[in-house]
Formats: sequence, structure tokens, C-alpha cells
Amino acid sequence: MPATTLKRTPFHRFHAAAGAKLVDFAGFEMPLRYTGDVREHQLVRTGVGLFDISHMGEFRVEGAGTVAFLDRALANDVAGMTVGQAMYTTMCLPEGGIVDDLYVYRSTDHFMLVVNASNTPKDLAWLRGLCPADVRLSDHSDETALLAVQGPKAAEVLKGHVPDAALAMPSNRFVEGPLFGVPAVIARTGYTGEDGFELYFKGSDGARVWNGLIEAGRPFGIEPVGLGARDTLRLEMAYMLYGNDIDETTTPLEAGLGWTVKLAKPEFNGRAVLARQKEQGLTRRLVGLVAEGRRVPRHGMVVESGGRAVGVVTSGTFGPSLEQAIAMAYVEIGSSTPGTRLEVVAGPSRIATHVVKRPFYTRGSRR
Amino acid sequence: MRYPEDVRYTSEHEWARLEGGLVTVGITSYATDQLGDVVFVELPQVGRKLEAKKPFGVVEAVKTVSDLYAPLAGEVTAVNEALAENPGLVNQAPYGEGWMIRLKPEHADDMKKLMGHDDYAQLIEQEQA
Repeated sequence: MPATTLKRTPFHRFHAAAGAKLVDFAGFEMPLRYTGDVREHQLVRTGVGLFDISHMGEFRVEGAGTVAFLDRALANDVAGMTVGQAMYTTMCLPEGGIVDDLYVYRSTDHFMLVVNASNTPKDLAWLRGLCPADVRLSDHSDETALLAVQGPKAAEVLKGHVPDAALAMPSNRFVEGPLFGVPAVIARTGYTGEDGFELYFKGSDGARVWNGLIEAGRPFGIEPVGLGARDTLRLEMAYMLYGNDIDETTTPLEAGLGWTVKLAKPEFNGRAVLARQKEQGLTRRLVGLVAEGRRVPRHGMVVESGGRAVGVVTSGTFGPSLEQAIAMAYVEIGSSTPGTRLEVVAGPSRIATHVVKRPFYTRGSRR
Repeated sequence: MRYPEDVRYTSEHEWARLEGGLVTVGITSYATDQLGDVVFVELPQVGRKLEAKKPFGVVEAVKTVSDLYAPLAGEVTAVNEALAENPGLVNQAPYGEGWMIRLKPEHADDMKKLMGHDDYAQLIEQEQA
């Protein structure tokens, strides 16, 4: 049996009390599901759900050279951000592969970076290696709690418990202010395709905020939601999962994240390679696949066209809101046009699929 | 978790119930708990001859997929057609309406080779330890 001890979030005892099935995710003991993946998924699409995502990493960056440093490390445009803006970006190797995908928050005197739990130590080491003397980079992952309130009723749950400005702001904005009376970063962001908020605060305030949200959310039917539903929700939106859909061997352009790559910037890690890739054209591309039947293409399965291997599946699931099996796969550029019929090799069987435009799900409440 | 005493079990988490010379096969509540919501079950044709411990179908859940293994050798005499419309029956009633196939066993005695309730409960305890 494993000798390593899994990390726990400040909400572990609430998960255990709720009867969650707990699993190892990136070294944390996290709730996979509480009642059922499909039920929890629908709760977020139609009402409101509460996710513990405290496993994610949070870095604070400050000092005179911060903007220049981040613009050099990250593919997206940091200098152009306004205070109170949250921005999705990729962070690349000089060779163009993706070190991580992350969110950048611009505050008045510092930035916050929110990275994948599985990459927190790697990202920290990577950024420290790039960090100049006039920038201070500090890791606050361990003491920071992060809850996501997601669903069309999310704003109603928070009404009266956050500053009014937080309820008026559009997506990808944030405010710093009291959340149930404790200091917090309140961001209108998420990973579900629904309206919602991501709430950062001190882990020591965890019980107060969790209980506050459950209490305030009761009239709206709030329930905790596990990582199982988080995956079906994000995959219906074709959002990336690092380690599955993107990694150091894939570029943002291949992944369809070209919108996070600002080639107009004079210099950043990966720029030369990405500029060349754009100029010469891609040889493969991450596409959405919809299966004809209910068998699900899974991570690692080979994609064929007329019996010839043309790609590989990166993520797959049954999409509860679509009632279809869906997947993402890297395929040769010649097989990447929407409508193209492709077969996925599932042991002795073949799953008939066709390429579709991303995202799969387009009826979300995200604003 | 409770495991019924009127069925026998495999280490692959199938159950088998002998009734009137035929064996009904499904997956256990431990299996459904591990799989999560079942969205599709691929079952063999009626008339197919199955070998013991060989795959006879696939159960597809939201998060994962798993092969189904024949608890004993025999010929498929019926498959649960209701699962095509409502695969969630596997989660709701794994030992009842969520059954998968019915077999005419080659040797009814093979049932004795399968695990009893106590042995299966012990196996689960070990898997969870």
C-alpha cells in the first residue's frame, strides 16, 4: 500500500461527513463524487453546485519587474490587463510545449497565478528559474482555500454575502472583499460553462465559508459536487485538462489555444517556435469527437481513418447534458475538419465518431 | 455495503444466481460503486457460447469502462434488453432489474467454484484496505 500521505484540504471533514468517495488526485485526497456523477453534473447545469478545488496552486508575484517578467513567461498579454481582470493563459517552454495552463489575476500591487495542482511544484521551480531580481515570487498554495460556486443560481447564493460589485461584474473579473465576513478574492470564473464564482480565502476561514455557502445555498438546492462531475462539465465545454489534453509535447496552437498566444509581443518563452508553427501551418490539431453510439472513446485510444491511424484520444466521457459520448483527440490536420468521420479503436471494437466544432455544449449560463 | 446471500460471486465483481437450471449474471454493488453512473452496457447475442472467465461484454460508466467476465461457461439464453433504454438500472438495482445476461450453464456444478457471500465480503475488505 502507498507509504505517502495524501494532502488534505480544509474541507476534508465535510467531504467525509457527506459520504463522498475520496480519491488521490495530484497527491490530495479529494472528493470524486458524493451522490452520483450525472446527478451532480445536472445540479450545476440547472441549479448550483459547490466544488472544493483547494488543491490548486496559488502564487503571488510582486515587485517592479512583475509585468515584464510575466509577459516573458506567459503567452498571453499581461501588460494589457486591467486591475480586477482575470485572464486565462498558457505558459510555454522555449520549444513551444505547454508547461501549464493557468489563470492570472491582476490586483493593484501584485498578481496572483493559479496553477494546476499536479504542476504546482514544477511551475514554481520553472518560474523561479525565470524570475529576475526585481520580482518577488511566493507560493501560497498550502494556506489558500479555494471553493467554486457554479451554476445559473450561483449569484443568488452569494447575494448579501459578498460586495454588490461582485454580483454586478461580468465573467473574468474579480474583486477583493469580504465573503461571509472574511477577506477573500471573489472571481467570476469557472471550469463548467455555467455562471459562477471562484472564491479564494485563508484555509483557517474554511469552516465559516463552507457552512455559510451551504446555509445560503439551501433555498437554491446547493450541494457539494465532486471531481467526476467537474470532468464531465469541463469536457462538455472542451476545456483543457493538463496532462490529458495538453502537456509539454503539445503546443497551444495545436490545442486550439492560439487565442492565448500573443505573437505581437516582442518576446516570450516559445514565441519563435509558435510563430514558425503558425507560419508553416499545423500538422495536427485537437478536435472534438462525437460518437454515434454510447460507447465512450477514452484517453489513449487510437483514432483511425479508413483503417489508418491518424491520431489519439486525449479525454473522453459521456456528456450528461448532451446524452452523447464525446471526446477530444489530436488528429492529423487532414482529418480535422468538422464532419470528418473517424473511428476510435476500443479493443476489438470500433467506435464510429465524427469531428465537431468545440465546445460540445453551447447552452451554458456563463456570462 | 451489503451483499445478498442468494448469489455467488467472482473476483471480477460479477454475481451469478442459479434459478430453474439457468444462471442470471450481473455486477455487484461494489462494482457499481467503483464505476459510478453506468451509461451503456454492451451485451452478447442470445445463443452465444461463453467461456468461463472470458470477457462477454463491456460496461461503460461516465468516468471509466470495464470488461464483463463470464462467471462460468454456458450459452446465453437471454440478455436484459431494458438496459439499452435505461442503463442506470445497473446502479439502481444491481442484483435485480440491473441484471445483464442469463446463461444455460455447461455444468451447473461450476456454481460451487464461485465465491460465497462471506468470501466475497472478505475480498472487498481486502481491496479497500
